[in-house]
Amino acid sequence: MEFDLSKPQQLLQKSARDLFARDCSAKRVRELMATDTAFHPELWSAVADQGWLGIHLDESVGGLGLGAVDLAVVAEEMGRACYPGPFLGTVWAATLIAEANSKSKHLEPLTTGAAKGAVAYLEPDAGWCPENVQLKATAAGGGFKLSGRKSFVSDAGLADVIVCVARTGDGLALLAMPAKTSGVTITRTPALDQSRKLYDVDFAGVTVAADDVLSVGQAAETALARSIQVATLATSADMLGGMQWMIADAVEYAKTRQQFGKVIGSFQAVQHMCADMLLLTESSRSAIYFAAWALDAEPASAARAISTAKAYSSDASREVANRAVQVHGGIGFTWEHDLQLYYKRSKASEILFGDATYHRAQLADLVFSA
Amino acid sequence: MDLGLTPSETKFRDELRAWLKTNLPAKKVKTAESGTEYFDYLKNWQRKLFEGNYAGVSWPKEFGGRGASFMEQAIFQEELALADAPERMGTIGQGLVGPTIITVGTEEQKKRYLPAILSGEEVWCQGFSEPNAGSDLASLETKGIREGDDFVVNGQKIWTSYAHIADQCMLVVRTDMTAAKHKGMTCLLVDMKSPGITVRPLKMMSGDSGFNEMFFSNLRVPAKNVLGKVNEGWNVAITALSNERANLGTGLYVVFKRNLDAVLEHARKLRRNGKPVIEDPVIRQKLAQSYLDLEVFRLNTTRSLSNLNKTGVPGPEGSIQKLYWSELNQRNAQVAMEVLGPYAQLTNFDDGRWVYNYLRSRGNTIEAGTSEVQRNIIAQRVLGLPRSY
Repeated sequence: MEFDLSKPQQLLQKSARDLFARDCSAKRVRELMATDTAFHPELWSAVADQGWLGIHLDESVGGLGLGAVDLAVVAEEMGRACYPGPFLGTVWAATLIAEANSKSKHLEPLTTGAAKGAVAYLEPDAGWCPENVQLKATAAGGGFKLSGRKSFVSDAGLADVIVCVARTGDGLALLAMPAKTSGVTITRTPALDQSRKLYDVDFAGVTVAADDVLSVGQAAETALARSIQVATLATSADMLGGMQWMIADAVEYAKTRQQFGKVIGSFQAVQHMCADMLLLTESSRSAIYFAAWALDAEPASAARAISTAKAYSSDASREVANRAVQVHGGIGFTWEHDLQLYYKRSKASEILFGDATYHRAQLADLVFSA
Repeated sequence: MDLGLTPSETKFRDELRAWLKTNLPAKKVKTAESGTEYFDYLKNWQRKLFEGNYAGVSWPKEFGGRGASFMEQAIFQEELALADAPERMGTIGQGLVGPTIITVGTEEQKKRYLPAILSGEEVWCQGFSEPNAGSDLASLETKGIREGDDFVVNGQKIWTSYAHIADQCMLVVRTDMTAAKHKGMTCLLVDMKSPGITVRPLKMMSGDSGFNEMFFSNLRVPAKNVLGKVNEGWNVAITALSNERANLGTGLYVVFKRNLDAVLEHARKLRRNGKPVIEDPVIRQKLAQSYLDLEVFRLNTTRSLSNLNKTGVPGPEGSIQKLYWSELNQRNAQVAMEVLGPYAQLTNFDDGRWVYNYLRSRGNTIEAGTSEVQRNIIAQRVLGLPRSY
């Protein structure tokens, strides 16, 4: 039993950290944020070339054949760098297709980075439980016909492939299609975190061919649940990387900023905020890496572990962000300081895949009814 | 990253499970820190653990331990929690004094003291705090003056848990009055039956007498009972406190888990507003937070033991653990009160368990270093911020 990254995982961590330190500076993130899609082709292919889009997926579908822990390592480093671009949408779509129908022609382009993906899941009602999916798919010519709106879809504006989660008479259906399919309209919804954009996706009588039906019914629901666990893990790890950046930045500032003739880090009120940030960050780390391990190694406890990790780190990440700004004082509240990037990304990640209140409710159902 | 068990860890766990099946005490005696019936119950359990070679899982074999790894120690704690085993007796001896003797003690001291700690024959207390030396431990004033082969001790200690039942005491005294305050201290191992010691119990707000005042009047301690070196007692005390922070939490998981399970049981049975309390969505949120906080505590503990397995030495990051469990226990004691509603305040409901837990947990953020001192340690010794005093 070893609760630490293995040697190869430490190497992976280092190469991801080095890559983003070199190619994903805050300056570049800010330039990309100001664009409609926050996308940079070279930054994207740098990640795709490493195989990280399918790091946790089987080699037979173009993945690296590693695990969820390795995915978490990469996602953590992305969070530390505020990596812009459609990583989450693509990884979620690839995982969902791999779980639902690994023979689908849409899968391999996503794992290799040749294509970018998005999962159209939430609807205007915006509940994270699958019961909230109401968008109707009506059987038509072996495939389905789709009409309705999906909202809060991460990365859809860049996507080549959209996977739509829809409701049929036989339960949920997972339907993959090119984003350019006739009747699909993608509209950006301006939001807090400009490093990862959100979109509405409208389906106006869209025809989905039989080939593009990944899965229907129980199998679709199982695949969806598993893919959400993987994407929730990646989101939590992204928050962890952000926390790591924020505590390092706040402690560094506290060591240099002087008031009353002393560095502010010598005052206990400031020290105690920093100590709390470390406790919150390290406790998140324990919860997140356990969840990553459980996803692959202990499926029976994966749902609890993921909800524990997301609930804890959602609250922790917000608290770390608040303390980091407070330690900085006025400068931490400016547009000019890079903290604002992390402050916003942390809030967006807290919401994504359910905040602590949502996951506590999940845990109550999982643990107390057992 | 591999939390799966190795073949030898699996073997350890399976043997432990089988052992627990036949050796767990059938009858449960309720918690009450000063009660002698409870004390005997824990003492018998400790004896059983010792006989089964489970008393000191990660301690060296030659001193009565099992010589296993810290990961096996972690497995041991989790299995005890799963089996709803009694809590451990003698946390000061096992968690704090023993590991310090292993680190800095002489061979003779190791032979003399360690096996008796594990078997439960000797209970230890820790003479650190004084009326004028609490968080600022290094300003302690109790004197130890060398006279021939002895140190003659005069002064007073306070907040000494278990002094009223202890057989031995790890005592820190000032032996060089002229040196800087961190430099002139010495750590002594003291037989509590020696003449010159008066113990006066202090009542906690819970009504129990778990801690005490100790007065020393010409107490003679043989020089061979110096732990570590003369005038280097500060480092010995820090070693002891680091071990305390690293070890205390591991045993507490068992206690906290049992409390949460009992609260859940009540939440299922108690009815309020025409339905079981556990169906109240606000209570569910709070209980889920209790559950996940405790789960994170378990994972933090496993992670720190995994780290200890590599480094061998508990570091200042143990303060994170202390800070975490003390505040967690206070939050969870509060949630228990909310679940139970008006019943929570009855001292004859569940033998007063919930009143006791609530009041006793209030002390958690003060004992073994206040939360403020833990945050100072984290800020200064882990994050590298400058000293504030």
